[in-house]
Amino acid sequence: MVAKKPNETRIVITGVGLTAPNGNNLAEFRKSLLAGKPGIQKFNVRYMGEVLAGICHFDPLKYQKKKELRRGTRAGSIAIYCAQEAIADAKLDLACLDKSRIGVYLGITEHGTVETENEIYEIKQFDYDVKYWSHHHNPRVVANNPAGEVTLNMGITGPHYTLGAACAGGNIGLTHGLQMLLLNEVDLALAGGVSECTGSFGIFAGFKSEGALASHPDPDKACRPFDKDRNGVVVSEGGCIFVLERLSDALKRGVKIYGEIAGYAINSDATDFIFPDRERQVGCIKLGLNKAGISPEDIDLINTHGTGTIEGDPVECQAIREVFGEYPHAYINNTKSFIGHAMGAAGALELAGNLPSFEDHIIHPTINLDHLDPECPLNNLVINEPKRIDKVDYILNNSFGMLGINSVVIVKKFEE
Amino acid sequence: MTKEQIKDTILKIIAQIIPDEDLSNLKGDIPIREQVDLDSMDFLDIIMELRKRYGIEVPEDDYIHLATLDSSVAYLEPRMKEL
Repeated sequence: MVAKKPNETRIVITGVGLTAPNGNNLAEFRKSLLAGKPGIQKFNVRYMGEVLAGICHFDPLKYQKKKELRRGTRAGSIAIYCAQEAIADAKLDLACLDKSRIGVYLGITEHGTVETENEIYEIKQFDYDVKYWSHHHNPRVVANNPAGEVTLNMGITGPHYTLGAACAGGNIGLTHGLQMLLLNEVDLALAGGVSECTGSFGIFAGFKSEGALASHPDPDKACRPFDKDRNGVVVSEGGCIFVLERLSDALKRGVKIYGEIAGYAINSDATDFIFPDRERQVGCIKLGLNKAGISPEDIDLINTHGTGTIEGDPVECQAIREVFGEYPHAYINNTKSFIGHAMGAAGALELAGNLPSFEDHIIHPTINLDHLDPECPLNNLVINEPKRIDKVDYILNNSFGMLGINSVVIVKKFEE
Repeated sequence: MTKEQIKDTILKIIAQIIPDEDLSNLKGDIPIREQVDLDSMDFLDIIMELRKRYGIEVPEDDYIHLATLDSSVAYLEPRMKEL
């Protein structure tokens, strides 16, 4: 039995703003996930030619002027779109809020790679003469850029920064927002993750050189976590920002509550630059469960991190089996199979896609799973078709990243 | 380039830098920054575009000559007339 906490120390999600390759708000995204509609396309990348990628199709001019778009970054633009949508979804009026008490905390896998590649390409046309290097370069590549662009766009004067956490960034941005609310540093947190990495040939080329860039004649079938024919990562852009606030504030406003953050955990493998570590993933999941004060049997839905790499997927499966047993109570899915790997946005986006299951009790499937890899045996993995279950009270969201960073977020169905 | 062509060139560069602004009523004898939303970073974009497109270097001490449309044309005319 979880001890009841005061409402001032219970942090809830009251708004969601997102853009994914298959949806530009939660309703569209959820509809695509339940309809089995992915969003991977052929995409031309400098020096590499045609690759497969997840590209978002939101309207950046909805919240930005053309001049802001020209001056800023794609990550900044994604962040602004998601933050504005989240505020609107939470039924908040910025004009009525104390903007010095709003924090912007965004997880990123990396930032500045795209802009630096662009500048080097530009000065190449001038025989690498650096007098043609843009005066916009530094404000574009500073690590806080995506969060900073949100504050510039929305006039937010509270703290803003990004959290560099490889592909665990989305979960960690969310976790940090919760922590800042608990520390009373802010009254409202815009927290999540963003990624613009499809603009960088280096990200694609890096995965290619690792032998971990997905390919398939049909783009929508390229991302195949747990399938024995998987051949790597589909690189995607995207963003997802949550409005987080104290339950006491949310109740006063009488606003819709998507869920309560029940637990979280972050740890490090300390073993390898790239390859994951089962033992530390197990430790991270157990730590998250402990912080939430619940048992593995309490989890109804696990969103896996699985990226579709040969090496990574079996390790996560082993970790899940070790914590949840061979025949878990929880149902298990994978969201990357639809949208590819949205890097710094992945953890937040994938959590968002699952939040509606608290209400509709439907688990969206893992698609593109035609031949389950014997190295990835997961009972209760929801395959290719959505599954309706009796209830969803707890969702556990895995998100892991390079240099051995592991993160878990556990969200609970809201009950007063 | 004629003076008129130089003026058109400057206006095209400015239009690219501040695409949200209406430049149709820009007065030639009033500082550009008093008429449209053009900040110091945008101004540096004008300098950069002149460098990239036409190989024209504008020393920092001469920036003042690019304050208005008319003074810009007067300053650039000797540098662009052979283009």
